[in-house]
Amino acid sequence: MAVNTELQGTSYALPEPYEVSREAIAAFARATQSHDAAHTDPQAARALGYADVVAPPTFAVIPAQRAEARYISLPEAGIDFSRVVHGSEQFSYTRPIVAGDVLSAVCHVDGLREAGGHAMITTRTEIADAHAAPVVTVTSTIVVRGGDDD
Amino acid sequence: MTESAAPRDMPAQFAPVAAQLQVGAQVVTADVEFSRADLIRYAGASGDFNTIHWNERFAKEVGLDGVIAHGMLTMGAVIAPIVEWAGAPGAVLDYRTRFTAPVLVPDASSGSPEQPTAFLTVIAKVGAIDEDAKTVRLDIEVADGEAKVLGRTQAKVRVK
Repeated sequence: MAVNTELQGTSYALPEPYEVSREAIAAFARATQSHDAAHTDPQAARALGYADVVAPPTFAVIPAQRAEARYISLPEAGIDFSRVVHGSEQFSYTRPIVAGDVLSAVCHVDGLREAGGHAMITTRTEIADAHAAPVVTVTSTIVVRGGDDD
Repeated sequence: MTESAAPRDMPAQFAPVAAQLQVGAQVVTADVEFSRADLIRYAGASGDFNTIHWNERFAKEVGLDGVIAHGMLTMGAVIAPIVEWAGAPGAVLDYRTRFTAPVLVPDASSGSPEQPTAFLTVIAKVGAIDEDAKTVRLDIEVADGEAKVLGRTQAKVRVK
């Protein structure tokens, strides 16, 4: 099944906002070997001027990938996930994520092109806080490898 | 500096100082190691349970040489020593990479599954300095032995 290029320009929002907890930040920091005290100690975070513990720079991938999954898992998107390879990733922060944030995420399918039997898909997920103020933009490129039988 | 500045506008007390940096200077070197247990830990923390990151048979069936690390685990672990250098997690304003080669994480042949079986080296150099904006661009190289596993990896970091 071929990737559906007609979905370029479509957008997919998380149905419910992602609520950032201290526990989620601590677990993500431990998993990414991020030992800065500001990830786990509210006092250390406040000493640096943050409202609460601060997420590591790639933490935004959690709400971003949930929003991306709204698109990637659509049957009409035509994406065989077993053939997906992650091509690139970028985080552009307006402000860091802290515990207590309630984040919305909208994934925009910005680029969708086929070349040599493969498809390259660029998504841009805009993450904002409860006041609709921008927090971080996550840009991701995936490659859907063509099969021998295509 | 005003007291009302948002956290992103506050350089950390121990932040590097732009005027003391030079383009080309190597500012961070670090070793990053992964075990099979680390992949499970990242799967749980991130919610990415893609089978190629924990099941050898499935990984081989889809054409890989074995279980590989999440690209986002590598990206996440590589920035940790940069955060340490920057003095605060919020000092990383922009972080980007390309995934150029998979990082194989074999099962340890004996003993604890917590034993690292993948060994990466991280080197970050100053690529550009913006003294007006008080930011530096770090160019980061990440290698698994001879193979570069990340490409065009850059972090824009707030400095003083």
